Amino acid sequence: MLSQDRWILPDGIEEVLPADAAHLEALRRKVLDLFFSWGYCFVMPPLIEFIEPLLTGAGSDLDLQTFKLIDQQSGRLLGVRADLTPQVARIDARTQGGDVPSRLCYLGTVLHTHADRLSRSRDPLQVGAELYGHAGLASDLEIIRLMLEMLDVSGLPEPHLDLGHVGIYRGLADQAGLDDRQETELFEILQRKAGPELREFLKDNKVGDGEAEMLAALEELHGGFEVIGDARRRLGNACPQVLAALEEIAAIGEALRSELPALNIHFDLAELRGYHYKTGAVFAAFVDGYGKEVARGGRYDEIGKAFGRARPATGFSADLKTLARLGVRCGSAEDDGAIFAPAAPDPDLREAVIHLRRQGRVVVQELAGQTATAEALGCRYALVRSGGAWQLRPLDG
Amino acid sequence: MLTIAISKGRIFADSIPLLAAAGIEPAVDPDKSRLLIIGTNRPDVQLLVVRATDVPTYVEYGAADVGSAGKDVLLEYDSDGLYEPLDLNIARCRMMTAARVGYHPAGQRLRVATKYVKIAQRYFAAQGIQAEIIKLYGSMELAPLVGLADCIVDLVDTGNTLKANGLEPRELIMHISSRLIVNKAAMKMKHAQVTEFIGHLSQFVANA
Repeated sequence: MLSQDRWILPDGIEEVLPADAAHLEALRRKVLDLFFSWGYCFVMPPLIEFIEPLLTGAGSDLDLQTFKLIDQQSGRLLGVRADLTPQVARIDARTQGGDVPSRLCYLGTVLHTHADRLSRSRDPLQVGAELYGHAGLASDLEIIRLMLEMLDVSGLPEPHLDLGHVGIYRGLADQAGLDDRQETELFEILQRKAGPELREFLKDNKVGDGEAEMLAALEELHGGFEVIGDARRRLGNACPQVLAALEEIAAIGEALRSELPALNIHFDLAELRGYHYKTGAVFAAFVDGYGKEVARGGRYDEIGKAFGRARPATGFSADLKTLARLGVRCGSAEDDGAIFAPAAPDPDLREAVIHLRRQGRVVVQELAGQTATAEALGCRYALVRSGGAWQLRPLDG
Repeated sequence: MLTIAISKGRIFADSIPLLAAAGIEPAVDPDKSRLLIIGTNRPDVQLLVVRATDVPTYVEYGAADVGSAGKDVLLEYDSDGLYEPLDLNIARCRMMTAARVGYHPAGQRLRVATKYVKIAQRYFAAQGIQAEIIKLYGSMELAPLVGLADCIVDLVDTGNTLKANGLEPRELIMHISSRLIVNKAAMKMKHAQVTEFIGHLSQFVANA
């Protein structure tokens, strides 16, 4: 075995070292405190479980992304979670009674078999919040507002919000009479906004003129609020389901605009993140300097059904490591400067150290016989005996 | 700032009129310069000079907002993380299979030499043929001649290289041309600038 084989980590698996870990942990606390203050209850789903619930409602992408192993006790296939959302949906479906809306939040490492192309990570720290038991504008808005607040506490204050609705594409595909295979192919083309292939597809599959025109329009219907007006005109002959979906995101956009005038709102009617299990409005947040969304979410009213109880559901999630890397660093106790306490058998010194630590200061105790200096330990202050009392002195330099 | 990723050589030469249609003139010719970031006549537009196969990578990461990449490169890159809104109709050629003149492989598993592994895999799978793909980085024409492969999958322009080496084009897999590709975040965050750029280009392509 080469020596590097003993320490090197697998591709996309990361260890977080002190400076970054302190920041990540400070951010974790801030984000969870934010969720708690909005009434979201924290849940901790298991790292590993039988494969079926992990993949419920999801497409084949998630299956491929999930590490699998055999349970020696039951002989069944286990999966290491690649996404916490289905687990949290199960928790809601199995534990909540009545029609009380429930608010759940979560944070945990997930594992992916394939690294994300941008972050190159296979072990993101997924954080998110889900709101169950309410269908309608109010819950969609609450979830989007909470996502924006999360970005704000992460030091990403000016995100661009992207709004779409899977019902628009689904309704138009139905109206055009596309079968499953055709719908999948067209979906894949629309994700790339591949105009030339889209027109070829519509011609090859003999989609009727009116429907073809509307499906082709989807590729161009992205931009600011003008998109809503354009869409009302160009999708005028669409089925009621499509028109209702359009009005739904128009209402979400309007409500957010009047409440947060500075927010950059973008509509994209061909954006279908999580199309396989989403059922309503979908959204994502983008920030300068990153080539894809940093947080994403939407409505998925059907997932609970597989667990015995369908409930309206909407939520969002993000990778906390990505937020920590892109956001402005938040303060931690270390920022005040660590204090060096010399190794001296003095009860007064012990008293002073306890006092400072209770105030939230970082105090590093010198170990007897150590030769490293206070500076080498990263301290900016030292406790020094002066006039019979221990006093705080800044270290030189 | 709009950043455009572009490769040197033929694609660059073909792109000059397209850029001109959008009112953009490169400050220097990348084939005569060692610079990798090139300014233009417009202070809000710059060019990144990268290898053709790297254009999708730079654009998906957001290092460049837009770029031009051959459909062959995009199919090998195989990502849904990019927008491909426009066929630029430049650098046109055909992706084809080719084999020795008159050669017909025996019944065993077909061996295919190519630089385009994913395109070849998909093509033969769609034909119902179990093929063994051999990845090469160049001079594919040699492989059938020395018995390394039964046939090759390669870009064919005039077909002269095939002919000179005793090969003949067989099946057309697809027509290839350069596409405009756009970073997903740039399409949303620089919407006005990016759609204006796409508008100029699509008008030029439609009139060409």
